[in-house]
Amino acid sequence: MHDKQVRRRRAVLVLLVAVALILLSAYFGEAGGGPLHSVQRGIVTVLSPVQKGASTVLTPVRDVAGFFSSTFHAKTEVAQLKLRNQKLTQEVAQLKGAEIQNAQLSKLITLNQSIGVSAYRPVAAHVIGSDPSLWYDQIEVDAGSSSGVQPNQPVIGQDGLVGVVSDVTPGASWVTLITNHTIEVAAEVQDGVGDRGVLQPSVGNPNQLVLSDLPHQANIQTNQLVVTAGFRLGKLDDLYPPNIPIGTVSNANQVTLASSGQVQVTPTVDLRHLDVVEILTNPRPGTARASTVP
Amino acid sequence: MSVSWSFVIRVLAVGFLAVVIQVAAVSQISIFGVSADLSPLVVMSVGLLAGSTIGAMMGFGMGLLVDMMLVQTLGVTSLLYIAIGYWSGRLRELRDPAHELVPLGVGAAATALAGIGMALIQFLLGVDAPVSLLLLQQILLTVLVNSLIALPVYAAVRRALNPALPEDPRRRRRRRYTTGGLSPLKRPSEGLGGSVRSVSR
Repeated sequence: MHDKQVRRRRAVLVLLVAVALILLSAYFGEAGGGPLHSVQRGIVTVLSPVQKGASTVLTPVRDVAGFFSSTFHAKTEVAQLKLRNQKLTQEVAQLKGAEIQNAQLSKLITLNQSIGVSAYRPVAAHVIGSDPSLWYDQIEVDAGSSSGVQPNQPVIGQDGLVGVVSDVTPGASWVTLITNHTIEVAAEVQDGVGDRGVLQPSVGNPNQLVLSDLPHQANIQTNQLVVTAGFRLGKLDDLYPPNIPIGTVSNANQVTLASSGQVQVTPTVDLRHLDVVEILTNPRPGTARASTVP
Repeated sequence: MSVSWSFVIRVLAVGFLAVVIQVAAVSQISIFGVSADLSPLVVMSVGLLAGSTIGAMMGFGMGLLVDMMLVQTLGVTSLLYIAIGYWSGRLRELRDPAHELVPLGVGAAATALAGIGMALIQFLLGVDAPVSLLLLQQILLTVLVNSLIALPVYAAVRRALNPALPEDPRRRRRRRYTTGGLSPLKRPSEGLGGSVRSVSR
């Protein structure tokens, strides 16, 4: 009796495994339109309404389970998304910074080409520190004496003159900006005749410059460009190569001009948003013009 | 062991319902990033309740239905579920485990066998199965989730099949022991009277 049961059990097992293997082999071997595939499609067709009905009936159960599952995962997901958002924000900030730097470098290259700065052996430097005071008249850059930087060398930015090197260490330098009260620059207005004067910061307004010592009969208009004169003017032993843009005339009151020989100038360089500058390490490349006395 | 028509109908209904519920609802509920798989648990439960032969047949039938409804290669799931049903039934026939947590352990083993076996067969059939740590992680998580629902599934299957389960000498004997029946370890003279005394105390 027991042997008979065992034999029957084993026979059923072998039969089932054999049928499964035959089905597997036949299904795997036949083409998509074969009999087994057709039977399968037929059964799927018959059962699909049942499945659809069951799906509709079980929708509330699924929704409730989905709600709990979603709630369970929500906290983890929020933490992950916050982390991801933080990383993306950092990436965006880096890309924005790179974009700004790229734009500044492009402008700097354009300026270099327009005024022929390459002869002055420019050394590019990143701004690594700045004067936090309201006057904002000094910045620190990452090029020093090891790069050939020395005191009194002119510094230009993407839009024009920035200032002059005041202190140098082997790896960094401090630049005094043109808005500092100690800076005086021999400048020329591009008004057709090249009227020249001395550019100084405006007292009480660090973002404005005053071009003084102009000829009283000069015909200077607003928005005319002011550039470096590039030679000694009076007491100035000029450090700056010629034709570097400094600013534009912002207020050319003819009465003031006639009485005191002054006009207001707005710097072309945005001194508060400098990232990259160039230090002209050879401001007098063998030209006689820089030391000419008028 | 004789099988009644009532039992056959109940087994077929349980298998069909389990596959339909699995496909229509359970597979769309994500727990720990995976879905529970009722089918191996139901096959395991039937094997534990009704024995190896019926377990293997149930495994074949449910596997075939799953392959049909999911439009998979016919025979693959059947092959795995035959093993699960037969092995569960043999466990019952050889050991007759009575501990309440047995379905949990057997369910976990059945799910692991189904997951790993399916990956192996797919790999052998040349399907580009993603054999990676992620797959192992998914199998482990499915085993975990199935272990959590193994006991309720076993209880539901037992409730559905119990009225029509084929009479089994082992179960009859165990029932007699637990209800104070005649034990082969006791002499006939001590049997019933001792039990009655202990109950009456």
